[in-house]
Amino acid sequence: MVEPVLQISNLVKNFGALRATDGVTLDLRPGEIHALIGPNGAGKSTLIHQICGTLRQDSGSIRFDGQDIGSFGVAERARLGLGRTFQVSSIAPDFSGLRNVMLAVQAKQGSSFRFFKPVMRDRSLIDTAMAMLERVGLTARARIPAAELSHGERRQLEIAMALALGSKAFLLDEPMAGMGPEGSKSLTHFLDTLRHEAPILLVEHDMDAVFALADRISVLVYGRIIATGTVEEIRRDPTVRTAYLGDHA
Amino acid sequence: MMTLTRENLINLILAVMLLAVPFAANALGQPFYITLATRIAILALAATGLNLALGLGGLVSFGHAAFFGIGGYVAGILAAHAFSGDPLLFGLSGSKQMWVIWIAAVILSALVGLAIGAISLRTSGVYFIMITLAFAQMVYYFAISWPAYGGEDGLSILVRNQFPGVNTMRPLTFFLICYVVLLLGLGLFALIRASRFGTALQAARQNEVRVATVGIQPYRIRLTAFAISAAVTGLAGALFADLNRFVSPSMLSWHMSGELIVLIILGGTGRLFGPLAGAALYVIFEFALGGLTERWQFFLGLILLAVVLFARGGLLGLLAGKAKHG
Repeated sequence: MVEPVLQISNLVKNFGALRATDGVTLDLRPGEIHALIGPNGAGKSTLIHQICGTLRQDSGSIRFDGQDIGSFGVAERARLGLGRTFQVSSIAPDFSGLRNVMLAVQAKQGSSFRFFKPVMRDRSLIDTAMAMLERVGLTARARIPAAELSHGERRQLEIAMALALGSKAFLLDEPMAGMGPEGSKSLTHFLDTLRHEAPILLVEHDMDAVFALADRISVLVYGRIIATGTVEEIRRDPTVRTAYLGDHA
Repeated sequence: MMTLTRENLINLILAVMLLAVPFAANALGQPFYITLATRIAILALAATGLNLALGLGGLVSFGHAAFFGIGGYVAGILAAHAFSGDPLLFGLSGSKQMWVIWIAAVILSALVGLAIGAISLRTSGVYFIMITLAFAQMVYYFAISWPAYGGEDGLSILVRNQFPGVNTMRPLTFFLICYVVLLLGLGLFALIRASRFGTALQAARQNEVRVATVGIQPYRIRLTAFAISAAVTGLAGALFADLNRFVSPSMLSWHMSGELIVLIILGGTGRLFGPLAGAALYVIFEFALGGLTERWQFFLGLILLAVVLFARGGLLGLLAGKAKHG
């Protein structure tokens, strides 16, 4: 069997008396899109926070690319190749899209303590960043302040930044949220190709996208994974149908 | 190449005006105005230091008087030891050479900045403002209660410190020294702002989570920026002590910290020439209004209110429009 890129085992997180993550075990294998679905309040966000390092788990382990990263900070995990996008796009609004991506490129090159060379004359930064922007289709809007980009364009920008990091896995938190039907369609198509670059853990409410993309689906309810399987298995699973899918299946 | 944008043109005019005034004053035999221009240059340099932390990094330090005062005391103490001949520390003697004093002021301010920043930067927002203020007040009270160097009365520098090849007691010469140092400080600011480090620093101001998510630790970036910021303000403090030939705890007081913040807001936060525009405005107000009424700071308050309400970009924001970030 191929070694999973990301391996989460028996993860537990309590907030007071509330067990937000209740023994979650989950893995992400090379080349796959693993969708994580579940009703609001199921603990998806809490789980993501623990994976990317903004929250510390109470017990259990998170292995990424062969290392135990459970005690690492956000920046360390990102440097190891955990690329993520946010439910609400996270960008530097005053900078242009280009300079946002250049920030990721310089981080990847490992050299933010350079004080004298102007970045806007640094071809190695600009060319790499432009290549990433081209891949997500933002070339024409590269020089516009990120604050002026549309919702969908900010999503694309975030993905370009994750690409620039040379991520070994992508953690995408509701990338379809707030996208129009056209945007969802082209993003679905893009993610379909992205999985060959690095596997994707996809947290998503848009079931059409999930069913179209996912190799496997895990269903999270009350902090617990109640089922993991292929699209067909999940559609047929009676517990999942009562807990979540309802008339969608 | 530097393109002649509207902002660059305004910057150039400001720089030329600051240079022209002392020469005119010198020709007209009005040395007082040279002192005024020197004061503007030094305050602008101090605020340029703060602008690195506050303008680029969004770190509202209410304690930069500590570095300004430390620079001042370095000048005063080294000069006092050079005058008396007593060794300073570990057999080192004092110095009357400005460049020795500057290096000492820069190093000491940076080290203290590193120490204060290391603790303060673990907080943010109002707590950061308060903790930087608290540290500066500690330095202030330390200076007051240290009788060896004048305590509350401060320390006089009998003869202005020296610079090789020139007579620093000539007001115009001393102004030119300060002017060149200011330009170097502004150059450093411009370089840092455009660099990789500056990119990370400004991004951390805009969105801390974003910076961490690409794998850069905002804390390290900010701490480095804070130390550089402290060093530049400390250098200005050394010049200020030489301008007045006197250093006292007032350089360390929280009024001074507030004044530096006011200069930046007046001129334009994060703008290259914001501190110079702000310092010029401040000193001119102080002089013009101060001649009319002792309550000139009341009117300064009104102006500051107007800037904050109607001209968020300060004077440069009014004249040159919104800042561009690339």
